[in-house]
Amino acid sequence: MATSTSKVWDKQLVGSAPVMTINASPRDEKWPARLKEEYTSLIQYISKNKENGNDWFKIESDKEGKKWIGKCWHTQNYTKYEFSFEFSIPSAYPNSAPEILIPELEGKTAKMYKGGKICLTDHFYPLWARNTPKYGISHLLIFGLSPWIAVEIPDLLEKGLISK
Amino acid sequence: MDNPTTHGLEEELRACKQKIQNLLRENEQLEMEMQQMKDPKNSLSSNLIPNECERSMSGEVNSENRYSRLMALQKMGVVSDYTRIIQCSVVIIGIGGIGIVAAEMLSRCGIGELILIDHDSVELANMNRMFYRPEHSGMTKVEAAKQSLTIINSDVKVSGFNLDVTNLDNYDIILSLIQSDTPSRQRLVLCCVDNFSARMSINQLCLEARVPWLESGLSENAVSGHIQFIVPGVTACFACAPPLVVATGLEASLKKEGVCVASLPTTSAIIAGLLVQNALKYILRFGKCTEVLAYNSIQDFFSSYCLKPNPKCSFKLCLQRQEEVIKNSENCMSNNIFLPQQDESIQLEEVSKDNEWNIEVVEEVADEMRENETEVCELKDLTNEELNELLKIS
Repeated sequence: MATSTSKVWDKQLVGSAPVMTINASPRDEKWPARLKEEYTSLIQYISKNKENGNDWFKIESDKEGKKWIGKCWHTQNYTKYEFSFEFSIPSAYPNSAPEILIPELEGKTAKMYKGGKICLTDHFYPLWARNTPKYGISHLLIFGLSPWIAVEIPDLLEKGLISK
Repeated sequence: MDNPTTHGLEEELRACKQKIQNLLRENEQLEMEMQQMKDPKNSLSSNLIPNECERSMSGEVNSENRYSRLMALQKMGVVSDYTRIIQCSVVIIGIGGIGIVAAEMLSRCGIGELILIDHDSVELANMNRMFYRPEHSGMTKVEAAKQSLTIINSDVKVSGFNLDVTNLDNYDIILSLIQSDTPSRQRLVLCCVDNFSARMSINQLCLEARVPWLESGLSENAVSGHIQFIVPGVTACFACAPPLVVATGLEASLKKEGVCVASLPTTSAIIAGLLVQNALKYILRFGKCTEVLAYNSIQDFFSSYCLKPNPKCSFKLCLQRQEEVIKNSENCMSNNIFLPQQDESIQLEEVSKDNEWNIEVVEEVADEMRENETEVCELKDLTNEELNELLKIS
């Protein structure tokens, strides 16, 4: 079974982004406290990435932390490819994970649902389900978005479906 | 970064769309009322507003009576009062391969009211399943469904809402649709969505509204499916034993070619049939409702079992409902007519010690967090607005 390798991988990566301790959705009173943990985890993860020279995204939210937008990038053959992504916090958060959209890639890959939602079904949702409510937005990006980009973008480049 | 003002505008737009939806519903109702006033003959047979005019069902055996075969259930002693179905509103969330077939079945059975929620449009790729026709392509599913269902049985009040159930902005409006407006009207929710996130949202909504619901689903390869009857606090909720927790194999799955799931008209219709059969048993109070029923078409194997609520469920509302059920096991909805196999009192079972799936708490994180403590302290003093600003410039 793939669990042993994936477990090591999880632990190494999760270490750089602190997990959440508060279980709350935007409909709960405790949401501001959860949101604070989300921001803190993201800021720490980004600063770690910068230290290690592998900064790969930028992100910000609306006032209430319900809608998030950002940019992520992938470098290949000395060229940087940048994509805008966005997601909203679903009503059952953190029991269900947000769905990340990269609208500009819609129609270019089969690993995407209608509206530009990237497919997280197999590689990410089970992991999230096992780790709710500890995992937050930083983990969504680390284990959801990042592997998708790492697999899909080189493939799209090879097929000539994206250019500079 | 994108212009932040577009965000504000988007939100306004969404709020506006919601208001439009509400007004449309009101408008529809008023138009129906007007039509009835103008044409009293018409009002006798069609588009009744169930709250105001009582519909009736005749048991007369005659080729013109659309309910004669259904009323025969009474004569055969299967149900005691078939007309109870008029008093029931069913909310169907997701009207794809399963949901729309369930909607058609309930329409033909003369259900009191159908409330359909979906945010998708009909496309040719849907034609391998039942109900929708090529000429519906491009229409929203709720519009196409309303149109055809009204032709099939105009006695049934059908309303449709083009809403995404996972969207937080839609939460309150969907909650109001699920919650019963009149105590005498029975409410049941059928979950016929195709993704985990939507199921979790419906779980949250039904727990909050204390409304029983039936969850349904098909496997990706279209050869098996399941239904699950969930009564808040009485049975396991959808999050008490989440199916994804037992899934394994992380990295390999990304390399799979394409994400298009398979579907068959047969499996979808079989599951829809099982779903509605259990809905009818619940509404008409006959037989015994199943808690979980899984169907595997490869071996033609059906498995059926019960799932008790998890005292450590991650949904706080589920824990609240469990407490409520224990407190007043007599008069709340643990009504044993519906779930005769259910024990009267919910026993909190000892936590299982085996861990076949190697689920564990990631402890290592604590060390890393301690390392970061100084930084965290600084961040602690900031407000969320300041943190968002800091994140923007990070």
